Amino acid sequence: MDFKLNGQTVSFDGDGEMPLLWFLRDLQGMTGTKFGCGAGLCGACTVHVDGMAARSCQTFMEDVEGMEVTTIEGLASGDTLHALQVAWAENDVPQCGYCQAGQIMQAASLLSENPSPSDQEIEEAMYGNICRCGTYQRIKKAIRDVADGKVKGGAL
Amino acid sequence: MSFDLQNVSRRGALKTLGVASGLVIAAPIVAKGVRAEAMGTAGKLVSTAYLTIAENGDAHIFIHRVEMGQGSRTGLPQVVADELEADWGRLVFEPAFGDRKFGDQNTDGSTSIRRFYDAFRHAGAAARQMLEQAAASHWGVAPSDVEAKNHRIHNKVTGASEDFAAFVKAASKLEVPAADDVKLKSRPQWRYIGKPVRNIYMKDIITGSSQFGQDVRKEGMLFAVAARPPVVGGTLKSYDKEAAMAVQGVVDVVELPALTLPAIFKPLGGVAVLATNTWSAMKGREALNAQFEGGENADYDTSEYEKTLWASIEGKDTTHLKRGDAGAVIAASDDILSADYFVPHQHHMTMEPPAATAVWEGENLKMWVCCQDPQAVQNSVAPFVGKQPPEIYVEATLLGGAFGRKSKPDFAVEAALLARHAGKPVKMVWTREDDVHHGYFHTVSALRVTAAMDGGKVTAWKQKAAYPSIGGTFNPAANGPGSFELGLGLLDLPFSVENLQVDGGDAKAHARIGWLRSVANIQQVFATGSFVDELAHKAGKNTVDMWMDMIGEDRLINPTDDMPDLIPGDEGKSTYGNYGESLERHPFDTARLKAVLRKVADMAGYGRDMPEGKGMGVCVHRSFSSYVACAIEVEVADGGALKIPRAWMAVDCGVAVNPDRVKSQMEGAVVFALSHALHGEISFEKGAVVQSNFDGYPVCRIDEAPHVETAIIASDRVPGGVGEPGVPPVAPALVNAIFAATGKRIRRLPVRDQLMA
Ligand code: FES
Ligand code: FES
Repeated sequence: MDFKLNGQTVSFDGDGEMPLLWFLRDLQGMTGTKFGCGAGLCGACTVHVDGMAARSCQTFMEDVEGMEVTTIEGLASGDTLHALQVAWAENDVPQCGYCQAGQIMQAASLLSENPSPSDQEIEEAMYGNICRCGTYQRIKKAIRDVADGKVKGGAL
Repeated sequence: MSFDLQNVSRRGALKTLGVASGLVIAAPIVAKGVRAEAMGTAGKLVSTAYLTIAENGDAHIFIHRVEMGQGSRTGLPQVVADELEADWGRLVFEPAFGDRKFGDQNTDGSTSIRRFYDAFRHAGAAARQMLEQAAASHWGVAPSDVEAKNHRIHNKVTGASEDFAAFVKAASKLEVPAADDVKLKSRPQWRYIGKPVRNIYMKDIITGSSQFGQDVRKEGMLFAVAARPPVVGGTLKSYDKEAAMAVQGVVDVVELPALTLPAIFKPLGGVAVLATNTWSAMKGREALNAQFEGGENADYDTSEYEKTLWASIEGKDTTHLKRGDAGAVIAASDDILSADYFVPHQHHMTMEPPAATAVWEGENLKMWVCCQDPQAVQNSVAPFVGKQPPEIYVEATLLGGAFGRKSKPDFAVEAALLARHAGKPVKMVWTREDDVHHGYFHTVSALRVTAAMDGGKVTAWKQKAAYPSIGGTFNPAANGPGSFELGLGLLDLPFSVENLQVDGGDAKAHARIGWLRSVANIQQVFATGSFVDELAHKAGKNTVDMWMDMIGEDRLINPTDDMPDLIPGDEGKSTYGNYGESLERHPFDTARLKAVLRKVADMAGYGRDMPEGKGMGVCVHRSFSSYVACAIEVEVADGGALKIPRAWMAVDCGVAVNPDRVKSQMEGAVVFALSHALHGEISFEKGAVVQSNFDGYPVCRIDEAPHVETAIIASDRVPGGVGEPGVPPVAPALVNAIFAATGKRIRRLPVRDQLMA
């Protein structure tokens, strides 16, 4: 079966029950998408499937046939970073950084659906993404900055 | 440092933990008379092990400490680059590999800046001075006529200037100035120290290219997942190799060596499945249907064990600190208060579960590990593969959180053994369930505090703690808290109270007990900070005033003054470790303690009127040579639903090398401590951990995280720790706030559903 990964067509002929997470990390060598819990509980593995945030550890290969998958590696367009990536840098959001790909992908899907979310809506959308380092207040601030038009995409 | 811990005395083991006194830190400052050339490749300028200037002038920084979010790998380069007068864009960051020449690499105990600030300043300043000297001779002017600025040397006489590159070769032939001859910059000249420099890994993190231990990839590698005995010291009974081999992608099934106690950092045993990808390995492990035999810890049950701890609180006292006679004063007083506190096992729950990759090239072993200490990996792996530690190349990857878990490299030994067996590179992947089942847990504690008061003034304070020691992981004889653990908040109680006593009670470990971010401060400060609040309420005072009264006048505390030679046997007397620092360099200064408390009270508007259902709590503590006060505001609804809208932190950590990282560490510490205070509990049944993943062991999500405001006290003192000191005062501030809001006193963590109607 075929699907699109960050704009490129890829084929897969293995077990359709393999979670997308492991296809990305182990077979494609794209390790930007992280393994945190393997059970849909932490959000570290968040990617976009047809533009919607999805937990790749709970998304099976057979489900992505014909779909468009975007990972953190494909979020920027070339050297032009997504506004959220810039806002993350400007607010010095990451501590260890491990959860942040998932956080950014989740936030990107929120803003594409709802470009000016309320604080409440931000909390609801980000609820499934754990940050053990506790960077939540900076995550909120970075999303707010983009929603308020204070930070735009571009180079760092 | 010897790593054969099997026979070491308890005190010997403690040194390895890095929390006791006497840890020797080699700060490789060069001896007089050594030429730079002698230390490295000709033509390069090697000022110390931490800094090499290449011929093109680029400054290669060997940041021997690891990065887990605390910011050391940005902070240490700030220090060396500042003294070097480097252009930030001309720095090259070298990976952290294990090598004794760097001195201590155990990135643990909030030590990176605290212990290496001087060495990194010297490394930068020495190189700058050598470049200046080379330039001065080249131009034929006095050294005072040249000046390094932003990677160039300026000739003040002629106005000429040249890039560092022009002088590297000549400078490399000079003697490296000895420590005493190095001229450090003065504070107004600082360009990076004290500035909010951005994380050096920022771009990698936000674009997904950063490499953590779980992300390592090597040509032709296999992926391993293991089934381990659920009970520490248990053994493998049976497994179905064929069923596992039948899973697509599975390549081999390999037994791991059974654990012989003490656990130290040895692997737990069990059986591993090697496969062409992690998912196949996980499926193979399921198919194994591995069965285990219990072993000596198979009866460990935490609900039963709690009774043992309370019996120990009632039982024999081992007195570690005594001033006056608290027992007698309490017995004679008619105004006493006593309270019992309980803190269960907690877990690191690093966002990234442990992982290690091993590659054998013939007889050579190379490893990439999300470890806090590459030298501990060398030391732990070596005896299992018949090598000397320095023969093993170990590189520390980025760590997706660590909090103490990743200074215990049991998982790295597994990778090394499996890769040798397979004849291929192997990545040992721990799943989240593995991480929760097989942690090195924070201990489980019972604490009792009793005080006598006279007219609102505390006249006696007696505190006892019973919990299994971290020492038990290294030495089965350990029985109850060691002085290195009591020294984290109890031996150094900051009170001027006339009669003061600290006792320990017996407690044996039945699990691997390890250090968790701020270690024994967690339970000890929870009890102390709660009890000061209880006394304040009893005396009808506000808690800030109570703290100020009890701390008393400005002075330097030396806990050893109150440590008579009380403990017989090989332990000698109790000692106060002061986080491995001398009291001369890092005194315990009550003025600084009071100042952060005053500051936090101001910021939070402590004492202001609050509506029904709202309350504020405070606590203050010194740990890891830094002083932190916390205030928390809570809101408790009628049904018991708890909200924590805001928290305030005031920190005095001496010089704050990167103020923004100090703030983010305080923000993170609040969330970390609240996670444990609200939810954190690991329990055991039949010797095995009950919880498995984030459902059983929840941590705070975005809706529970308060907005944290942090103030850093301006200071010229030597830097203290930052990664850990934010944690201890948070849990007591929380329960004190809950009491202020509801009148309900929480003495047992986690809070969980205790407020529910
Ligand atoms: S790894 Fe997928 S949600 Fe945690
Ligand atoms: S930054 Fe470490 S888990 Fe979020």
